[in-house]
Amino acid sequence: MLFELREASLLRGGRQVLDAVSAEIHAGATAIVGPSGSGKSTLLRLLNRLADPDTGTISYRERALVDHDPLELRREVSLVPQLPSLLEGTVASNLAYAADLAGKELDATRCLGLAGLGAEFAERDVSRLSVGERQRAMLARALAQQPRVLLLDEPTSALDHDARDAIEATLAGLRGELEISLIVVSHDPEQARRLADRALRLKQGRVAACGPLEEALA
Amino acid sequence: MTTSIDVSLGQVAAALALVALAAAISLWRRTDLERDIVVATVRSFVQLTAIGYAIKLIFEADTIWLVVALLSVMVLFGALTARGRARKVPGAFWPLLIGLAIAAASTLGLVVALGIFEATPRYLVPVGGMVIGNAMTASAVALNRLGDEVGDSRARIEATLALGATAREAAAPFVRRALRSGTITLIDSTKTTGLIFFPGTMVGMLLAGAEPADAVRLQLILLYALLGSTAIAALVATGLAYRNFFTPAQQLRELS
Repeated sequence: MLFELREASLLRGGRQVLDAVSAEIHAGATAIVGPSGSGKSTLLRLLNRLADPDTGTISYRERALVDHDPLELRREVSLVPQLPSLLEGTVASNLAYAADLAGKELDATRCLGLAGLGAEFAERDVSRLSVGERQRAMLARALAQQPRVLLLDEPTSALDHDARDAIEATLAGLRGELEISLIVVSHDPEQARRLADRALRLKQGRVAACGPLEEALA
Repeated sequence: MTTSIDVSLGQVAAALALVALAAAISLWRRTDLERDIVVATVRSFVQLTAIGYAIKLIFEADTIWLVVALLSVMVLFGALTARGRARKVPGAFWPLLIGLAIAAASTLGLVVALGIFEATPRYLVPVGGMVIGNAMTASAVALNRLGDEVGDSRARIEATLALGATAREAAAPFVRRALRSGTITLIDSTKTTGLIFFPGTMVGMLLAGAEPADAVRLQLILLYALLGSTAIAALVATGLAYRNFFTPAQQLRELS
C-alpha cells in the first residue's frame, strides 16, 4: 500500500476542508475526484507534506508521514501543482535544479520526451512557453527527480481538448515506461476513467467512496 | 577640527517661516498636509530638544555605559518602528532588533577598532544614531519587500518546496530581491553624493566653519560606515525573517 489515511482532518480559515478522511491508496493509478471545494487539492498537498492534517494520521509505505524526512519524501513523491510555476530561466535549468535536489543524473532530452516536449525546448526561456508547454515542463521537471509517485493536481485544467488528450496520452505512456504510481486530482469523472484504475471520491471534505474505479465512481 | 557655531532660539523661530510656506503651499494646492506639517514640526522640535539635552548629559558624564544605554534604546525603537512597515512578515520584531543591534555594534566596533573615531560619547552617539537610523530604514524596506514578494509568490514557493527544496532554497530569490531593495537606495544616493546633493554631516560641518577637506573626509567615513551598516542590518533581518514564513517541516505557513 502506498498511502493510508486515518481520520485525517484539516481546518482552514474556519472551514472544515477535510473531515475525518480514511482511505487506502494503492500502487498504480488512482484518481481523486469530486466537485470544486471538496478538498481534492488539499488532500494531495497532505500526501506531499506541503501541509499536515490537524488531526488523524497519514502513512506512506507503512510508515507515518511525519516520520519521513519531508525533503526526501518530496523528492520521492513529486507533486505537480495545478498552476504551472517554474523558476526563472530556461527549461533545462529548471530540470537541472530538480535533478540536483534529488541527487539524480539528468537526462533532459528523455525527461522532455516523456513529457511530450521536443529536445529543442531545453534551452527555451520559461517565460516564452505557452500554458500547455509550461504544464509539460512542470511534468518534465518532476520526472527529472525520478520519483516513485507522481501527484498531479488537475494536470489538464488549463488546456484545450487537443492539449488535454496529449497530456493524458503522456501520462498513460509514463505508466507503461516507468515503474511509477500516479495520483491524479480531477474534477472530471471521465478523465478519471481514462487515467486511473482506482478512485477516491470526495464530497464536502468527506470520503464518499474509495476503491476500484467503477465502484467508486458509481 | 573643533568648530563652534551659536544658534539662538530666535533664529530657529525665524526658520518657521519656511514651515509656514510649506503649510501655505499645502493649503493652496489642497494636498491636505497642513496637519502633518504641524505635527512634524512640533515633534521634531520636542524630540530633537529632548535628545539634545540627553546628549549633553551623556557628554558631561563621559561614560561609555550611558552611550550603550542610549544606543540600545535607539535600536529598540528602531525595531519597533520598522516592524510597522513589515506587517506582512510574521514575527518581524526579533529579526529587526537583532539586525539593528548587530549592524550598530559591528559598525561602531569597527570604526573604533580601526582608530577612525575615539570610543567617546562625542563620536559614538551621533555616529551611532546615524547608523541605527539608516539601518532601520534599510531593514524596514527590505522586510516590507520580503512580505510582498512571499505573499505574491506563494504558488511558486510551494512548487519549489514540492520538489524537496529547503525553505531557504525556495525563498532565496525573494530574500535576494528584498535585500537588494533594502540597500539600493543608500547605494544610489552614495553614487550621486556631491553631484546632486550634499549630505547632512558635511553641510553641518561647513556651516559650523570647518575646513571643506575635513568636512568631506568625515562625510566619506560616515557614508562608508552607513553602507556597511545598512547591508548588515538588511542581511541579518531578511536572513532571519524569511524563516518565519515556514514551519520546521519546510512548509509554507498559512497566514491569516
